[in-house]
Amino acid sequence: MTDMSTLSTFLTHIGLGHFLFISGMLFSLGIYGVVTRKNAVMVLMGIELILNSANINFVAFARYGNYGFHGQLAALFVIILAAAESAIALAIVLNIYKTFNNVNVDEIDKLRE
Amino acid sequence: MNSLNFFNNLGYAWPETIITLFLAILVIYNLVYPQARRALGIISLLGIALALGFTIQQMWTQFPTDPSWLSGFTRMLIPDKIGIFFKVIILIATAYVVLFTEFSEELRGTFDRAGEYYALIFGMLLGMMFMISANNFILLYVSLELVSYSSYVLAGFMKTSERSSEASMKYIIYGGVASGIMLFGISLMFGMTGTFYYFDISRLLMMININSVLFLISGIMIFTGIGYKISSVPFHFWTPDVYEGAPTTITAYLSVASKAAGFAALIHLVRNCFVGAVATDGYWVMLSHFYWKELLVYLAILTMTVGNLTALWQDNLKRMLAYSSIAHAGYLLAAMSVLSNQGLIAMVVYFSVYLLMNLGAFFIVILIQNKTGSENIDDYNGLGTRMPFLGACLGIFLVSLTGLPPTAGFIGKLYLFLALVDAKMIILAIIALLNSVISLYYYIRVLRHMYLTKGNNESPITPSFGSVLIALSLAVPVLLFGIYFTPLIEWAKTVVLR
Repeated sequence: MTDMSTLSTFLTHIGLGHFLFISGMLFSLGIYGVVTRKNAVMVLMGIELILNSANINFVAFARYGNYGFHGQLAALFVIILAAAESAIALAIVLNIYKTFNNVNVDEIDKLRE
Repeated sequence: MNSLNFFNNLGYAWPETIITLFLAILVIYNLVYPQARRALGIISLLGIALALGFTIQQMWTQFPTDPSWLSGFTRMLIPDKIGIFFKVIILIATAYVVLFTEFSEELRGTFDRAGEYYALIFGMLLGMMFMISANNFILLYVSLELVSYSSYVLAGFMKTSERSSEASMKYIIYGGVASGIMLFGISLMFGMTGTFYYFDISRLLMMININSVLFLISGIMIFTGIGYKISSVPFHFWTPDVYEGAPTTITAYLSVASKAAGFAALIHLVRNCFVGAVATDGYWVMLSHFYWKELLVYLAILTMTVGNLTALWQDNLKRMLAYSSIAHAGYLLAAMSVLSNQGLIAMVVYFSVYLLMNLGAFFIVILIQNKTGSENIDDYNGLGTRMPFLGACLGIFLVSLTGLPPTAGFIGKLYLFLALVDAKMIILAIIALLNSVISLYYYIRVLRHMYLTKGNNESPITPSFGSVLIALSLAVPVLLFGIYFTPLIEWAKTVVLR
């Protein structure tokens, strides 16, 4: 009975758990994307997913934990840093394309012993 | 916060302010005089010298013992002497790297972009200064990213070189993932404690019991970011590739300065979050929420063993020095794992020595690379007779990196082993000793190639006067501190024991 009522609360009322579940999923998907994707741009998208999962955590904890605005502020910082990071990363990938003529992370292996 | 208060607080951050100012000056100067490359180096050195002066002056400033009363943005900074020591280390390293740039032939093709180069170095320097004194997880993350972003671009600064481009791409992928994991850990830590400040977290940890599994996970995730900066073992995969591909000046910088910043951040994190009290014999009484001792001991063993064993079959000097720097990170982690003031003294001594010998080794590698165009060990054949002075200097640095007397590297290792034995961590001490023995092989192998193998070319190479001066300024202290080390130890004691 209690199980049913917990389930129905879970389905009808959105709480901290939902946000943590989503952020956990996003984080895992991000790691999965980084590990499996061959294209450098897709790998970078995986990194963006990881950063955004942390962002969801910050905002959700700040909202449900009554921690004031610290969480939202942190999320703002992270958004800016993520933008800067993708700018730099895309510039580097563009440079890789110019020198290697592809952006496949597996085929770029000049540095081996 | 009123403006007067702001300027009062700025007094705690003079070196950082000066670096920001000189960063702006460098960018503007380069816009106005795009051709003046040499002047940029001189401006950089001037800025570093000023910042160094203010940092050393902070040594005698009386800082509040409880940082919590500080208001405004200085609440985010830890004003303590160990931070000042690491700032001095990275400022000296930056000055040397700016000097090395003058001698680097491989960067000659990028001299039209020299303004960007110096500005990025200053950006990295600023990030490291804040990372060292960070007292707040967001400041730690932001400054770590400032260091990382600048170093991604600097690693790939030779745009047309395949190796350099590849190094920067590998660096940004590893770095992005590591800092993303760290950020996720920070968000979990924030969820459990509701604050980003180290001392608030430490106060909270003393009072309440926090769900320990989640706390462990978030602690390990936060360590990931720092572990990647210091290239500790499970996060070290970027190190050899980036060190080999990046311009050698930047490799030298990464191996000394960004490692110093990472270790300082680790020390501050552990000391301000997880230490309940310091016992009278110097050992830290740790809070029971996180197993720092176990984590650091195992990581230290792994890091030094993997670093040393893989370095054995490297034929590229830069790659070999990359693995050797991983091994040195392992020794430093071992000193850290003592979790006491003695361990900290050992770290300070080791880092002072590591700065000199590692920068020196990389400088000689740069000079040889200028002449032979390669870092391969086979191209070092017979170099000992072709360039007697530089060969002797490289010999001194490599012997010091091994840790043999009468060089300063021996003193660093000696204090490390003393701290370990004093803490009754005999097994770790024995493993570190065995590792030093292994490392002897690959360091001496370079010398064997230089002195005992005949090369194809016999013509002597005469180094320029400037390069001799710089090599001497690094080699003489290495020998001097190996024989007369009391001032070094005394300084380390004043730094650690306040």
